[in-house]
Amino acid sequence: MNLEIPKTAYNGRIKEIRLGKGDKAVTVGGETCYPFYLFEGKMPNLPRIAMEVWDTSPEDWPEAALEPFQGVTGDPVAWARKCVTDFGAEMICLQLVSTDPNGLDRGADEAAAVVKNVAEAITVPLIVWGTANHDKDTEVLRKVAEVNEGRNLILGPVEEGDYKKIGAAAIGYQHTVIASTPIDINLAKQLNILLGNLGVRDELLIIDPTVSSIGYGIEYCYSVMERVRTAALTQQDNKLQYPLICNVAKEVWKTKEAKPPADGALTLGDTRKRGILLEAMSAMVLLLGGGDVLIMRHPEAIRLVQEMITELAAPKNN
Amino acid sequence: MPLTGIEIFKLLPKTNCGRCGEPTCLAFAMKLAAAKAELAACPDISDEVRAKLEEAAAPPIKLVTIGAGNRAFKIGGETVMFRHEKRFENPPGFALLIRDSMDESEISARLERFNQLEYKRVELTLRPELVAVKDESGDRARFEATVSKVKENTDASIILMSPSPDILAAGLKVCAERKPLLYAATRDNLEPVASLARQNSCPVVAKASTLDELARLTTQLTDSGVNDIILDSGARSLRQALEDQILIRSTALSKRFRPLGFPTIVFPGEMTDDPMKEAVIASIFVAKYSGIIVLSDFQGESLFPLLVERMNIYTDPQRPLAITEGIYPVGNPDENSPVLITTNFSLTYFIVSAEIETSKVPSHLLVKDTQGLSVLTAWAGGRFVADTIAPFVKKCGISEMVKHHKLIIPGYTAIESGSLEEELPGWQIMVGPREGAHIPAYLKTWQP
Ligand code: B12
Ligand code: SF4
Repeated sequence: MNLEIPKTAYNGRIKEIRLGKGDKAVTVGGETCYPFYLFEGKMPNLPRIAMEVWDTSPEDWPEAALEPFQGVTGDPVAWARKCVTDFGAEMICLQLVSTDPNGLDRGADEAAAVVKNVAEAITVPLIVWGTANHDKDTEVLRKVAEVNEGRNLILGPVEEGDYKKIGAAAIGYQHTVIASTPIDINLAKQLNILLGNLGVRDELLIIDPTVSSIGYGIEYCYSVMERVRTAALTQQDNKLQYPLICNVAKEVWKTKEAKPPADGALTLGDTRKRGILLEAMSAMVLLLGGGDVLIMRHPEAIRLVQEMITELAAPKNN
Repeated sequence: MPLTGIEIFKLLPKTNCGRCGEPTCLAFAMKLAAAKAELAACPDISDEVRAKLEEAAAPPIKLVTIGAGNRAFKIGGETVMFRHEKRFENPPGFALLIRDSMDESEISARLERFNQLEYKRVELTLRPELVAVKDESGDRARFEATVSKVKENTDASIILMSPSPDILAAGLKVCAERKPLLYAATRDNLEPVASLARQNSCPVVAKASTLDELARLTTQLTDSGVNDIILDSGARSLRQALEDQILIRSTALSKRFRPLGFPTIVFPGEMTDDPMKEAVIASIFVAKYSGIIVLSDFQGESLFPLLVERMNIYTDPQRPLAITEGIYPVGNPDENSPVLITTNFSLTYFIVSAEIETSKVPSHLLVKDTQGLSVLTAWAGGRFVADTIAPFVKKCGISEMVKHHKLIIPGYTAIESGSLEEELPGWQIMVGPREGAHIPAYLKTWQP
């Protein structure tokens, strides 16, 4: 028997999209193979990591996650600057946590002004993430789109319940749309079709499959992402041939496993390292599922994942 | 490829003698094809045909048992590249590395960690399986002593690692009944290591530096009568190692290439010196196809996430993990504590009970059997509706445990509240929030 290497029958390609503007704009997508199957195809643009910034002081972050950002967590502009200058962030994701109607319920104008200040303070691409409350996101993200006209922000989550108005604003003011559906390949495809019909151009759309962390159903996300990639790359499903974005950090750090154990159990090891590893490993699983953009928090977790990306794509020396 | 009923029929004696318990050879062939009969039931099958049928029926990736006793486990037997195609079958084992050159105290500390690091998650116990003992001293006695120490202090399955067949033999002598995995048979020591494996019926790792060479090695091993083989492709760069894991599996599955139809072993600790990085590398190989993952150390902060990841990835997508129906106390609830109801999908239970814990309001959590479906899925499938919830609430015994009769239902099932009040006379139905994350805020306003 001779060793004969099988080849996946690819017939599709992920669309390339350009996030942000100017020198620091970032291109993602373009893959012609499964994630890191570089013996079969190409990943012309390696996955990128956006660093998370909150628009308000986080109340419930574990110590380990707060520590790197000490002194700036009350000021989104300073925080974003620190991510770029101290940690080399290639992108920023501003989470508009303060607009949550179940929380601070800050208004659209105020939120849009904060986004503008942050956008002006950095040159890297800016992702803006709402609270997944349809009415509030419609109000806030439309305003954000308008006030930041022409910057090519990446706006989300845009869901079936609010895609028309937010989508229209994104088209009108030239921003990229994050099409978000709850862990379901059919729903993802459907929303992409709807957004396409609305007039969102292919190069301005990125899919959010909805993700979770290790221990909280990550297997569903992993499999849905793999199915999206299979359909896109081997079944010519052009409505799924978009890059994937994973808002993973906030899912990880809210879990009890990322915090000091309530019963003080020693078997869980070092709390800081465990939080970092939960974030890095969750991100890694999502990368293997097909993630193109990861929204992450801890600089150490980011470094680890970046090193994985580099090594998985390193030139072969044998 | 598995044979069809007709293909099998062609190989049978065609006498319809009935001794297999089936009226005809054809009927027997059909049962065989559907794996509902055993080949041995037909007394008239020739050895040649038997070999042919067995070969065709063998799984494309061999199922190999590692170890013996308490922590014995099986790896291999995989049938798909992606878990959504069916499921992943046998989770990889995690091995703790012990070098025989380590201090006594370091070895003891490691063995203690091996024994202590286990975790309860819902109704499962997560723990590692193996200790790998590596000869670095080149000293038989030292290796032997280290192996005995591992054997005496743990119930671990054991991997014996040495380039020298003599040293492997010394280790084997101490722990043969644990059926240790021998690491490794290479081009240079194939015959002596193979004969150790044969004499002790132990599995053995074949180690090469290319897939071609690996295939040649396993062919030699199987020709010499060793069939329980684990593959080490030799790659120690992350990119090459991942590629090898993928290609070994795809070659075995789609080309039915027997020489690579075995589970694999990987060594993340030989790809980096940074323990954090090592853990993340290991997480890649949990998802991508490894059979055994050897770690240079075990620490709670990295082992725990890896064990949970492994449990997640190896969950059957068609059969979600479920927990037993019943009343679960969270905190120390009493007769005035709130009563909440949810489904028995372990993830749902896990999230909801964690949120209740966060709220610090002790509660009774009723868990209804929905065959492991989440709230909305169970509701959509008719398993978590008034008609099924009411009888459960009545018979579970909660009525006698609380003075108030208020039941909090998930926000997503608000629509059931009317019918529930009708079917549960005397109970007041309260609609809780939709998202688990909003439970703490909700419970803080609880009044009996
Ligand atoms: C995975 C999945 C499946 C898996 C099953 C997994 C499982 N174990 O349940 C499979 C593939 C088997 C499946 C099947 C079906 N599914 Co389905 N499935 C999903 C999916 C993607 C995720 C569900 C999940 O795991 N959620 C996570 C758990 C933790 O959430 P949860 O149980 O609701 O718990 C949360 C809250 O409810 C709350 N909570 C829970 N308990 C309590 C208790 C109290 C007191 C309170 C206050 C709060 C609370 O806290 C939790 C955390 O927020 C959802 C879509 C989605 N993303 O929601 C669709 C979804 C639930 N499925 C749906 C449907 C229709 C079905 C099917 C009927 C048909 C189909 N489309 O496939 C079948 C039915 C199965 C059957 N045989 O009966 C629909 C339901 C639509 C509706 N509104 O009725 C959904 C929403 C998808 C959709 N949009 O179409 N599904
Ligand atoms: S015992 Fe064998 S020969 Fe006889 S009927 Fe069954 S299959 Fe045919």
